[in-house]
Amino acid sequence: MKHRGRFAALIGPPSLYLLLFFLAPMAVMALYSLRAGTLGAARDVFTLDNYRLYLANDNFHRLLLRSAGMAFAIAVLASLLAYPLAYYLAFQAGTNKVLMLTLIIIPTWTSYLLRIFSWKLILGSNGVLNSLLLWAGLIREASPILLYSQAAVIVTLVYVWIPFVALPIFAALERIDRSLLEAAADLGCQPWEAFLRITLPLSLPGVVAGFFFALIPTLGEFVTPLLVGGTSGMMYGNLIQDQFMRALNWPMGSVMSLAMLAVVLVLIFVLTRFGSLSDLAGL
Amino acid sequence: MKPSRLPSLGFVYYLGIALLLYLPILLLVIFSFNNSTVLVFPLKGFTLKWYGQLSQNGELLQAVRNSLLIGLGSSAVATLLGAMGALAVVRYKLPGQGLFTAVSALPLVIPYVILGVSLLLLYREIGIPLSAPAAGLGHVIISTPYALLIIASRLVGFPDNLEEAAMDLGTSYWGALLRITLPICSPALLAAFMLCFTISFDEYSISSFLVGTDNTLPVYLYSQLRFPARLPIVVALAAILMVLTILVMVISEWLRRVGQTPARKVEPL
Repeated sequence: MKHRGRFAALIGPPSLYLLLFFLAPMAVMALYSLRAGTLGAARDVFTLDNYRLYLANDNFHRLLLRSAGMAFAIAVLASLLAYPLAYYLAFQAGTNKVLMLTLIIIPTWTSYLLRIFSWKLILGSNGVLNSLLLWAGLIREASPILLYSQAAVIVTLVYVWIPFVALPIFAALERIDRSLLEAAADLGCQPWEAFLRITLPLSLPGVVAGFFFALIPTLGEFVTPLLVGGTSGMMYGNLIQDQFMRALNWPMGSVMSLAMLAVVLVLIFVLTRFGSLSDLAGL
Repeated sequence: MKPSRLPSLGFVYYLGIALLLYLPILLLVIFSFNNSTVLVFPLKGFTLKWYGQLSQNGELLQAVRNSLLIGLGSSAVATLLGAMGALAVVRYKLPGQGLFTAVSALPLVIPYVILGVSLLLLYREIGIPLSAPAAGLGHVIISTPYALLIIASRLVGFPDNLEEAAMDLGTSYWGALLRITLPICSPALLAAFMLCFTISFDEYSISSFLVGTDNTLPVYLYSQLRFPARLPIVVALAAILMVLTILVMVISEWLRRVGQTPARKVEPL
């Protein structure tokens, strides 16, 4: 079959690349999780000790749970803040809506690291926020309390995610047939009622997509906690990074990563109940 | 609705969020012109010296060079792989597609820390030395799904009978792809390439595990964030980069729009 040959020639190289640099690394990680020695040096040893140690350590679970809680809070806040924005752009902004949406997206094209770093300047003891509060007479002396906390991580990541969450919500709102709302109005439906019974339910797939697209990467976040979180703002991603870069216990790091991967795959499974990944991404 | 001169509540909200989104960027630009090594208010006066010192920083220039190289390399590979995947997914209905589309979209939602450490383990296992290009191999994984989606949405926009017509006129299938499909898709290919480039150029998490002793720009930037005295130079560089990235992305968005004939829906991946 000619068609099969062409299809195979086209799909072969990208499949091979995924196999070599995406699936094989995951398999190697699973292999490492069964090894002993700091860098997994003992190749011929197969042990479940790492899993046992992991399961016995309450600190790990507490941190995973806390990170999940933070990621959840961040995704909820970003969705709540992004919804009115997307709603305004879709229903009220008029002819300029694409330009106005682009203006919201532009900041995300600039260096991630430096935007996070800038929040350190904003939240720090000589930072913008402190100066503002001092000037307004709300506090008497500058303090870095705003920085190096869970709250700092949450504020910064909500900032990071708002545009990304707004995008799929906007796409979902745009798809809503406007005549539904007219029909509702004709039948005597109040605007808020029409919103609750038509607009909101129909936009939910976009909200779900935005929510998960913020939630899942945040679970593995380690850069933001390093920059603005301090010890109290540490997340599970920091634990993994630490095992690989400082503690150098790679087998244990592998177990930790696999645990997170399991959580992530469950979340992806839930997400794909609502539609395919690429559809949800609004690309 | 009655016309009113007051801005609507929605617009005020939009403006508030927009200001919030631009505030951190604005702050960095302001500090890049500030005549002080400490990044605090009040400002100490205007200077261009941080920009002047940029060009004398060899380490930084090396990091920029590395980032440019792996950015160009990884986006070229990602665009090629994405184009092949998009053609296979859009133009054929054969078994194996479902699995491919599901797996190829996964890197969009797997936390980068997992991708980074798993590649680190693979490299150690098979003896690939850590380097900037080794990080570039990882960038291909995260940028290919974006390239695939952009190119696929272009491919569904025009029917494949153009390719068939060319083949009826005597060219081979691959000839038709090269001479018909490629030119029609070129804005989408370029948009995909540029998006992949900016993803690679800004990527820190994966690189931080894989670069070894090489530096990419984000890895270098991160290492500099600990030395307060060097921060103004970093911030000046950031200001330049922000302007450049915005330019690249505006062009890429424009190409994406130009390349897209009236939207038909992408085949669900």
